[in-house]
Amino acid sequence: MKKLLSRAAAVALAMLAPLVLAPATAQAQDGPLRIEITEGTIEPMAFAAPDFVAETPGAQQMAQQIGRVIAEDLTGTGLFREIPRESHISRVSSFESPVQFADWRAINALVLLTGAVSEEGGRVNVKFRVWDVFAGTELGDGMQFAATSDGWRRLAHKVADQVYSRLTGETGYFDSRVVFVSESGPKDQRAKRLAIMDYDGANVQYLTDSRSIVLAPRFSPNGDRVLYTSYETGEPQIHILNVGSVQSRILSAGGSAMSFAPRFSPSGNQVVYSVNQGSNTDIHTMDLGSGATRQLTQTPAIETAPSYSPDGSQIVFESDRSGSQQLYVMPSGGGEATRISFGQGRYGTPVWSPRGDMIAFTKQHQGRFHIGVMRTDGSNERLLTASPLDEGPTWAPNGRVIMFSRETLGASGTSSLYSVDVAGRTLKRVRTPDGASDPAWGPLQ
Amino acid sequence: MKHLYKALTIAAVLGLAACTNGDRFGAGGAGGAGAGANGGYGANGGVTGGIIPGSANDPKSPAYFNQTIGDRVLFAVDQSSLSAEAQATLDQQAQWLMTNSDYLAVIEGHADEQGTREYNIALGARRANATMEYLVSKGVAPNRLRFISYGKERPVEVCSQASCYAKNRRAVTVISMGAGV
Repeated sequence: MKKLLSRAAAVALAMLAPLVLAPATAQAQDGPLRIEITEGTIEPMAFAAPDFVAETPGAQQMAQQIGRVIAEDLTGTGLFREIPRESHISRVSSFESPVQFADWRAINALVLLTGAVSEEGGRVNVKFRVWDVFAGTELGDGMQFAATSDGWRRLAHKVADQVYSRLTGETGYFDSRVVFVSESGPKDQRAKRLAIMDYDGANVQYLTDSRSIVLAPRFSPNGDRVLYTSYETGEPQIHILNVGSVQSRILSAGGSAMSFAPRFSPSGNQVVYSVNQGSNTDIHTMDLGSGATRQLTQTPAIETAPSYSPDGSQIVFESDRSGSQQLYVMPSGGGEATRISFGQGRYGTPVWSPRGDMIAFTKQHQGRFHIGVMRTDGSNERLLTASPLDEGPTWAPNGRVIMFSRETLGASGTSSLYSVDVAGRTLKRVRTPDGASDPAWGPLQ
Repeated sequence: MKHLYKALTIAAVLGLAACTNGDRFGAGGAGGAGAGANGGYGANGGVTGGIIPGSANDPKSPAYFNQTIGDRVLFAVDQSSLSAEAQATLDQQAQWLMTNSDYLAVIEGHADEQGTREYNIALGARRANATMEYLVSKGVAPNRLRFISYGKERPVEVCSQASCYAKNRRAVTVISMGAGV
């Protein structure tokens, strides 16, 4: 009955047989238990997550750690609220024992998450079930994931993604990584290096040293490569780095001209970027296979910060051809561009949502910076944040959360990463060991 | 030379400062940075107006270029046009570069932090390019000049007030002795 699906090398998942086949008896609602994450205001859905059962000797600490990360993933969305352990009436001592729904209803838990962890020979196995407490039924099938012990956080994120998915109807985003620029030192001598971390700031790995200024990395669509801008040669040039080997090379983009702001096409085979010539900066593309380049914009203005639509047919970018930074959309082969930003202020760093429905941007207006979103035609502009210096939004792989940089002002100012959901709720800082900027979210793993 | 005495008084301080110009970083530019410091500043009790070679009042010295003329020009918010004051500085820079033909120059363009990162690289390039084009228009051979932009990555002032931002919106002409750009 266990159907193993091989995922990334270290992680496997399996379906468990449903435990409860009986029809719901205490149906508290008409449809399935579901939280709508597009609604304007949300009462977080209450869940209970008792400690996962340790099924092998010594697995107790691992069980607790995994349970904590799952709960943090869920509560971190702002969509869910954990009912404190102290309030629990029932204790779950075995993964197979029947759920005492009345005990969980009594503390107003809408959702119950039960699980078990075993650890043997350097491998961890976690299985879990999600319960609709008031209906008295299981939500979806029980599943299990396995990984090497050092990959336990990924296991937790995978479980949380499943729970999130079942309760929201959306794909999750917890088992994902972010590439960013790690910063240290004062503003006038800031040292920067590329780093990768889990979406929640754990497992930071450095990809470059701090000898050269590095800027604005971007993941390839499947996360195997990173594009970024480096001053390694003394001038800004676009580089491509293989995440597995941590080897990088310059993508020669036309002699000694400054090139920057590289991003992958959705296929991963093309790069769109900016090239400076004199006072002019234009957008070009390069085919990674052949090295062939093509100039897409021809105005004497600054055109930069390009981003492909997820279907690859269009590119949104910023241009000051009107006299100030504004957002434009053009066909991905070049051609006439349509201005989409018309509000007051300057608009930059547009990023197309992976869902295709929205564009996130940085807006400067009256000395303040905002992260905002608009529809792809520029309508329905909504500002999600405000601060003296916010910039550089990046989308979670499910298009529901945005991460960005926030720099504090003054001589001791530092940059940190923050996330906020598309409704502007749940603004929070992402913990990083040092200062951090220019986040770019990778795919769900 | 009406600022001679003042210049002499501060030369001892600036002579050292010139070695650690805040805008010297990255590749290149190593040739010129140390050229101003050749000692002797301490024993100047009897100075009567002679020119100390290499000091800021030696018209042939990098220190003269960096301090007496001024190695940088400033820009208005989100602008790359050269003010009358900036043009006056660049007129002297051009004159100096034509007189001292052994020197090359890299013009470094910068922006303040009130802008997005990648736009600021392009904006810094515009400022550096405007500066370079002006020097060329005054007679400096283009093959002695090149430019680079640091965007907002290397402020010289770290406060977040208008006065600091104004100093960070700059194009700095970094000279170095050498052949080939």
